[in-house]
Amino acid sequence: MSTVPGPMRIPPLLTELNTDFWTGGLEGELRIQRCTHCATYHHPPTSVCRNCLRGGLTAQAVSGTATVMAFTINHHQWSPTATTEPYVIAIVELPEQDGLRITTNIVNCDVRDVHIDMPVRVVFEPLADVALPLFEPDR
Amino acid sequence: MSAVGRALYRHPTDLAVEGCLNAIADAGLTRDDIDGAAAFHIEGSAGVVEMIDTLGLKVDWFADLSIGPSQISAIFEAIMAVETGRARHVIVFHSSCEGTVRTTLGKGGSMPGSASATPERVSGMPEWWLPFGAPSAGNHIAMYAQRHMHLYGTTREQMAQIPIVQRRNAGLYDKSIYNTPLTMEDYLNARMITEPFCLFDCDIPIDFCTAIVISSTDATSGLRRPPLAVEATSHALKSRPSWDQFDDLSTMVLRDVGLDLWKHTDLTPGDVDVAGVYDGFTFITMAWLEALGFCGKGESGAFIEGGQRISLDGELPINTNGGQLSSGRMHGWGYLPEVCLQLWGDGGARQVPNGPEVGVVASGGGVFAGAMLVTRS
Ligand SMILES: [Zn+2]
Repeated sequence: MSTVPGPMRIPPLLTELNTDFWTGGLEGELRIQRCTHCATYHHPPTSVCRNCLRGGLTAQAVSGTATVMAFTINHHQWSPTATTEPYVIAIVELPEQDGLRITTNIVNCDVRDVHIDMPVRVVFEPLADVALPLFEPDR
Repeated sequence: MSAVGRALYRHPTDLAVEGCLNAIADAGLTRDDIDGAAAFHIEGSAGVVEMIDTLGLKVDWFADLSIGPSQISAIFEAIMAVETGRARHVIVFHSSCEGTVRTTLGKGGSMPGSASATPERVSGMPEWWLPFGAPSAGNHIAMYAQRHMHLYGTTREQMAQIPIVQRRNAGLYDKSIYNTPLTMEDYLNARMITEPFCLFDCDIPIDFCTAIVISSTDATSGLRRPPLAVEATSHALKSRPSWDQFDDLSTMVLRDVGLDLWKHTDLTPGDVDVAGVYDGFTFITMAWLEALGFCGKGESGAFIEGGQRISLDGELPINTNGGQLSSGRMHGWGYLPEVCLQLWGDGGARQVPNGPEVGVVASGGGVFAGAMLVTRS
């Protein structure tokens, strides 16, 4: 258990649909749902392929690299037990498919070094029974 | 409208009774004239069935609405109800005790932007941001604002004009929450919340009830005020209703609503005399100005620069009662009453000059949105 308070983090309720995404990191993999018929990736996980409207969606490991599309440096302390230090919330896009994005945090760098179009790669942070996919600079 | 305040410690039903009875009386009607009712009903607000029973209404039509399209869905539904002959006079309302809940539960005890307690585990849409220290819609909209700045060179000094101009309006409104003038220096020195947003880019939770009577066009004789006409409404949703999967991270789903609005009218953006544009966070207002065609894509920073254009005597006065930034978070329900007052010429010290005839109301915007045009008939 870390003694350094981080951002206010509320763990997800695990379901049949989302377990692969939230627990893949326990085995070091970023897993994104994909259609077995037309190969379209989906995030967040869904019950039917938005492209071909068929079922048969399975989680698949992706490269773990990404690009920062948008970010904010959060300053507000959202809960009394959360950090008062600024941290970065970002939307990153995965190279596997146009528009395939994850909301996450950019870590392991100065918050002032984060910029749009920055290449990043996944790192996992444990939280309760899941592993959060966070991203760090891909140097 | 009912009493309004940061924390009134009143039940949302109590606020809704006050708001609805005020609206019915303001219209020159009595309880027995009301044959329809609709509510925007979320956590911490009064539902329509409860209010029908509390007020002893006898209705031919009613609807208890959630968040689509936008927070003013109940208003859109009521318009369709009178258009299709289901009712003659519909009372629509939204009350909230969010201010009291947020104050009572304290920091971290409830979710920003709602009257809901903080959950142990999260499911549904917030599952994709609450694990990442992003509990506020402001976190997402800030990312959009940052991208807008990156792509179009938009500045914080430009964005500042929204709270500065609206605070000036709030100083002329007796129900505003904050009414002391705000300077550029105050804005630039303010505590950051989530960059590029500081304290003054974010609205404030309050307790209130807003209520409006929507009447059929053939039931308007004898009303206390001249009836105003709904010229057009827009509820389109053609892209992913998602903060991170939406196709363009420098605008929001309001883009499609803004485009769609003008397909239902012969009026054009240049005809609009007064605007009530969602301002839960400043950038959402800027994105609406672009979406509604008041300026081009990426041009909202230049459009509001200096503040003159959006001031009471400018070409497009916005949020003339201070908006949600200075007069409190009414979940999109403060804009229509204020635009109506302006069209009636009842704006008092904050009245837009030269008799405004066309008003636009735009609600929500991020992952759900709705807009309407109102005119002096
Ligand atoms: Zn498919």
